[in-house]
Amino acid sequence: MIPTGPLGTLTQEASISTETTVSEVAVQLEGITKRFPGVVANRDIHLTVQKGHIHAIVGENGAGKSTLMKILYGMQRPDEGEIRVNGTPVTFHTPGDAISAGIGMVHQHFMLADNLTVLENVILGSEPKKGGLALDFAAARTKIRQISDAYGLGIDPDALVEDIGVGARQRVEILKVLYRGARILILDEPTAVLVPHEVDELFDNLHGLVREGITIIFISHHLDEVLKVADAITVIRRGTTVAEVNPEGVTARQLAELMVGSELPSPETRESTVTDVVALEVEGLTMAAGTWRPIPKGTPASFYMDRMRQEGGRLLLADVSLTIHKGEVLGIAGVEGNGQAELVEAIMGMRPAAGVVRLDGVEITDWTTLRRRDAGIGYIPEDRHRHGLLLEAPLWENRILGHMTEKVNVRGWWINRKGARADTQRIVDQYDVRTPGIDVFASALSGGNQQKLIVGREMSGEPKLLIAAHPTRGVDVGAQAAIWDHLRTARAAGLAVLLISADLDELIGLSDWLKVIHRGEIVAEFDPATVTPEQLGSAMTGAGEEA
Amino acid sequence: MTSSFTDRLLGRVKLTGWVSLAAPLLAILFAAVVTSIVLSLTGNPVLDTFVTMVDYGSQPRSLVLILNYATTYYLSALAVALGFRMNLFNIGVDGQYRLAGLVAAAVGGAVTLPAPFHPILIILVAMLVGAAWAGIAGILKATRGVSEVISTIMLNTIATGLGAYLLAEWAVPIAGGNNIGTTPIAASGHVPGVALVPGSSLKVFGLIFLAVAVGIGFHVLLNKTRFGFDLRATGRSEQAAVASGVNVKRMVVYAMLISGGMAGLIGMPQLLGEAYSYSLNFQAGLGFTGIAIALLGRNNPVGIAFGALLWGFLDVSSNILDLHKISPEIVTIMQGVIVLSVVIAYELAHRYSVVAEQKRVSRELAGAAPTPEKEGAAA
Repeated sequence: MIPTGPLGTLTQEASISTETTVSEVAVQLEGITKRFPGVVANRDIHLTVQKGHIHAIVGENGAGKSTLMKILYGMQRPDEGEIRVNGTPVTFHTPGDAISAGIGMVHQHFMLADNLTVLENVILGSEPKKGGLALDFAAARTKIRQISDAYGLGIDPDALVEDIGVGARQRVEILKVLYRGARILILDEPTAVLVPHEVDELFDNLHGLVREGITIIFISHHLDEVLKVADAITVIRRGTTVAEVNPEGVTARQLAELMVGSELPSPETRESTVTDVVALEVEGLTMAAGTWRPIPKGTPASFYMDRMRQEGGRLLLADVSLTIHKGEVLGIAGVEGNGQAELVEAIMGMRPAAGVVRLDGVEITDWTTLRRRDAGIGYIPEDRHRHGLLLEAPLWENRILGHMTEKVNVRGWWINRKGARADTQRIVDQYDVRTPGIDVFASALSGGNQQKLIVGREMSGEPKLLIAAHPTRGVDVGAQAAIWDHLRTARAAGLAVLLISADLDELIGLSDWLKVIHRGEIVAEFDPATVTPEQLGSAMTGAGEEA
Repeated sequence: MTSSFTDRLLGRVKLTGWVSLAAPLLAILFAAVVTSIVLSLTGNPVLDTFVTMVDYGSQPRSLVLILNYATTYYLSALAVALGFRMNLFNIGVDGQYRLAGLVAAAVGGAVTLPAPFHPILIILVAMLVGAAWAGIAGILKATRGVSEVISTIMLNTIATGLGAYLLAEWAVPIAGGNNIGTTPIAASGHVPGVALVPGSSLKVFGLIFLAVAVGIGFHVLLNKTRFGFDLRATGRSEQAAVASGVNVKRMVVYAMLISGGMAGLIGMPQLLGEAYSYSLNFQAGLGFTGIAIALLGRNNPVGIAFGALLWGFLDVSSNILDLHKISPEIVTIMQGVIVLSVVIAYELAHRYSVVAEQKRVSRELAGAAPTPEKEGAAA
């Protein structure tokens, strides 16, 4: 096949660019645009992947990487633009179409049945038949051995999946895709679940694959890893490709700056309301992946962490300590999935963790979630549909949710229907929740109005601490501004706020102090007034260790 | 608000009210159609069969029987429904009520107390045994994560074996046959029947009033108390309940205890109103009937009451079919089809009303306050 893709049409923002080579083009995306109601997820994407390359795609969460990969894998259809595979224009309606075009995807979360063997998992869904009915296990076994040997994957087809390690499971996922004839592999955050030595093994395997002519599209936001393994890098920011760079000539810091953008929003000039009264104190919070085992009280977190590391476990939270004063907003920046959710759940008492949590100087480490809420912690959860609302319950019942001890909602054992309804009406009026009434189901409201109801609910009862996880995610601009105003007002009134967000506008605009979390550790802290995008980007992506 | 036919057709107005009534009626109608087909396929007169059933089922004697059947069915379905409201599948109501009935009958036969206390003691014992037996499944789920479906099914089997053993230990022969049972309960422990239906010498179980009280209690507990709120919240979204500070494990144990306690009542109307002894022909399988009726009544005390009466009617009127050389199993087919079609109808009605509500809200908002900014579309 003759390569047809015109190169060099990229929007160049960085000075570094790839040279146009004469090698074959495996995948080419031209002007891909995808709109969802109210948002443009991808805008004018240009991407050229050379055959036999490891091509990394980097970008922040929400930059549009996932949508782009879903388009390439046939899970979504672009509104505009053209996809060419090996030079031929293609239209994918289902992942099946993508697979027949030779594109396979390895998802971040493994999709394997633990109680089946590797062989059974691999052939599941594309079983080789013998004589029309019987399964031809022998042929499958031979084919799997061949693939495993050819690419150096070292997979035993008859091992039970539950008996093999995480790295091997990932290789099974890769094998599964190769078995179906894929020559182009999309790996979505493949290192997120691996410990360091497994990452190195994976990279060896990837090099083995490209040597045999396989093309790999590698999605990640761990810049050091990307620089180590990739032959070419495309940076995506705010839904569009902003640069294509050669890993030879770029540092992690430069890459981080490309990802975050060269300009940060400037924090609003305002009076600091931070007092010297401590509201929340967290010391040595540590949480391991997998099952939790209690550790004796008073054991330092470091001891626990060492033990976990020796056993090869992954830490979701590693010795996190922080202090929030009354009237202070502490922002937690970080690429998603680096321990933010675990931090929140540990402070809320929803997930057990080692370490100490104090509210207003009182240790609440052993308290139940309800008692913590009772003591004055408000909680705006990250996923309002799963954690924040009863979708199929009227608004006034949602007012009671999480506040089952407040005077307005209950009288002893009894639900105070009248009081709860009156207070729901107050929230609806005060927080401008647009609804025809308080008897409609929460599912009937738009996202912004649902969120305003939650904010209003969590602000009532005079909380001492508010945990706000992505408080304006998925809400319209009007509701966003309103929610920010409410947070500022409450902060001025002496509320302590723990703000977790992926939106830098929000973090810098609201926070008095910023901490950056990476792989479960607080790796840096900044004053939002003086922080540079380079600093923030480096810290968030773990690129800042050398400086 | 005036609405056109297309508005209703396209779900622009709230139809929850009549949809929730129409769904079961349509399902019953559908079941009747299926039964008709089965009847005609087997060469039986369709219309005559239904007329005969209704005729027989509306006689005073039959009405009493229907009420008596419905009383037990109602209690059984409420016990199941309480678990269902929390997404707990207490399949073990059957074992719980049989074991409870046996122990309560044995205790009732062994003691003699003044009239009001004797039946109260028996009922309390039954509730305690039912609760304890269900509590095993609750504790297993809360502490070890054992699925309550599995554990209650296994507990049913164990209850059957344990019941047979205990009955053999405690049994005395019952006069006038080769049946055995527990020592009959003295007259002070009986709950007299009431003559509710004129024109029949048969009496309705006195404990029908207990069933009504349990129904009211069920409604109050679930809708008016904090416990009920926690229970329903857990049923609607366990994750939201956890985030809101509901102790879900404790709720599991409590819900199983209450469900089991209610299951303990199932055998009481029969035991204290008619049988006075737990014998080999103590009715079994009521727990499973309860599951069907709970589904039919949408886990709602009023709906379950209608479901229990319908079930009672079908069971009683099937007795006449034998005389007309029609297999009474035709009624079993009808009951099965009713449950299946009701479940499907409810699901469809539910999805429909959720969409209808969303449309109604956005329509009312757009009509009431036209906002200049584009709102709602983005979120």
